[in-house]
Amino acid sequence: MTSESRTAARPRTLAEKVWDAHLVKKGEDGTPDLIYIDLHLVHEVTSPQAFDGLRLAGRPLRRPDLTIATEDHNTPTLAIDKPIADLTSRTQIETLRRNCEEFGVRLHSLGDIEQGIVHVVGPQLGLTQPGITVVCGDSHTSTHGAFGAMAFGIGTSEVEHVMATQTLPLKPFKTMAITVEGTLRPGVTAKDIILAVITKIGTGGGQGYVLEYRGSAIRALSMDGRMTICNMSIEAGARAGMVAPDATTYEYLKGRAHAPEGQDWDDAVAYWDTLATDEGAAFDAEVTIDADTLEPFVTWGTNPGQGASLSDSVPNPNDFADANERAAAERALEYMDLTAGTPLKEVAVDAVFMGSCTNSRIEDLRAFASIIQGQKKADGVRVMVVPGSARVRIEAEAEGLDKIITDFGAEWRFAGCSMCLGMNPDQLAPGERCASTSNRNFEGRQGKGGRTHLVSPLVAAATAIRGTLSSPWDLEHSSDLTVTSGEAK
Amino acid sequence: MEKFTTVTGVAAPLRRSNVDTDQIIPAVFLKRVTKTGFEDALFHGWRQDPEFVLNKPEFQGARILVAGADFGTGSSREHAVWALRDFGFDVVLSPRFGDIFRGNSGKQGLLAAAITEDEVEALWAAIEANPGTEMTVDLVARTATIGDLQVSFEVDDYTRWRLLEGLDDIGLTLRDEALISEFEATRESWRPQTLPVK
Ligand code: SF4
Repeated sequence: MTSESRTAARPRTLAEKVWDAHLVKKGEDGTPDLIYIDLHLVHEVTSPQAFDGLRLAGRPLRRPDLTIATEDHNTPTLAIDKPIADLTSRTQIETLRRNCEEFGVRLHSLGDIEQGIVHVVGPQLGLTQPGITVVCGDSHTSTHGAFGAMAFGIGTSEVEHVMATQTLPLKPFKTMAITVEGTLRPGVTAKDIILAVITKIGTGGGQGYVLEYRGSAIRALSMDGRMTICNMSIEAGARAGMVAPDATTYEYLKGRAHAPEGQDWDDAVAYWDTLATDEGAAFDAEVTIDADTLEPFVTWGTNPGQGASLSDSVPNPNDFADANERAAAERALEYMDLTAGTPLKEVAVDAVFMGSCTNSRIEDLRAFASIIQGQKKADGVRVMVVPGSARVRIEAEAEGLDKIITDFGAEWRFAGCSMCLGMNPDQLAPGERCASTSNRNFEGRQGKGGRTHLVSPLVAAATAIRGTLSSPWDLEHSSDLTVTSGEAK
Repeated sequence: MEKFTTVTGVAAPLRRSNVDTDQIIPAVFLKRVTKTGFEDALFHGWRQDPEFVLNKPEFQGARILVAGADFGTGSSREHAVWALRDFGFDVVLSPRFGDIFRGNSGKQGLLAAAITEDEVEALWAAIEANPGTEMTVDLVARTATIGDLQVSFEVDDYTRWRLLEGLDDIGLTLRDEALISEFEATRESWRPQTLPVK
């Protein structure tokens, strides 16, 4: 059965179409569907126990040709030619190398041009394509949904399951439309859209759903911007986020190493064109966001739903009607060492982290560089810039971005997850405060006792210049904010 | 996997909501490459505090955890489930679970059972009135009982069936191997392949 012949008459959403096209077996009587997986991404943290499981059960890896691995979470971002100092980090990396060798999996190791954060590597190789299913033992797999793929994070047991069977037993997800209409003002980015979405629906608001981002503001975004948005779908509790493929998607993909070619390309595009949600298809829930009024955003608390516009003040927990939210806000302010009523722009930071699978692609670096160009970082603030992949690093250097970054007084590092979660030496010291372009502001996420404010690359840059949380609108020299991350191409 | 029918053991009250997997097991422990031995890592940050509930003598050997809403949100790390299992937990009761966490639990024989917020409050009160009393969780009847208090919990039928039968997921799927091969035979040539390396 081809994808076309499965097309039903009933109007369907993008998510339903992709799901239906991957049904190996329809579940009956409460059993899950069996879904085929097109692409399995692997990294060193969540794979060792899965490979171990295969070995223990004497099972082969079914489709090495649909599997690809990279090293990212533990890799150092300095002196990458030296052996990894931390013993456990080294063990995980070495274990991945041995496992990939044994099971015939393609691996991009530290030092390789395609090495980098797994969610940056898949798209840059052209492996992430519209209409496919993508899984990885990592919750930010939702990133790949930017291409109109059904992409979601899985646990290690599921990693083993995909390795052994190339399928997953799953119950269909519910669907939620997130419609963002209007035009972003200069200085407002994809990151601000998604932070506003999460603040609006809450960290549990997307639970059980696939979010489909729609509307004129989403259509106007580049692929890098769409990836930023889909990346953080998990922070709203959703399994996946998706954007219907269009000319922007095709333009990004065309010519990439693993994109289809010739007749295959034409066939693929013809199919991809059928994926958009049908007129009249019903979503289980709908949310709308007005892009025209959005401002640069920042989180003040310890979950990504605790956010506000930069022009606001630290909220007063007593203003939350819900008792749980009130208690959570109280605890968050204590951990973050913030006082209710303080204007957010008066909050001084110790560090700025520009990186992670949310914001480490070339456009993010360009946006960051456009603001800091010719400036000096604030005294006493440590600024770390970590590209998402070795290829992004090389691209940035070809454009001279590394020079702008080092002239500014920032550190220009090698690719990896780095301070997004501090599994490598890039960590905050206890009590340190960081404006970070990553996706999680949980307690201790960037280092034990560290305090994280999630921001866009533009806000990170403005903050690095002024030393306090700042909007790009606060900078005199940046009256021309035409190069904004994830804005219209 | 062992068959799961009923569990009787000490229940511990975790009076917190939004317990994300970073709190259940901090990232630093994810570096291990084994599937067992994570008991020391469970709630590592909180366990530095001698007053933390799991440090109290009356809750030693606890097998049932009663937690606030949104337990196991955030990172997909399955280590969170292993750590709970290694520590000795067979059941977590909470009003809501992170999706991935709940999925992971069923696969490792950890029952993630949903009850209402009021029921959580009632169980907390009952446990704290008599710390160390045993609770019985009956998966067949879908009930949790402590003293005179009984609550019914929700768990989806499929997970429950698999837990009751002690069935391994992969083995179950491989019964449909012929269907998988049939599906693969129709896979379009333009769909991505990682090999050969271009
Ligand atoms: S950059 Fe951060 S969020 Fe992304 S995969 Fe790495 S650790 Fe996870």
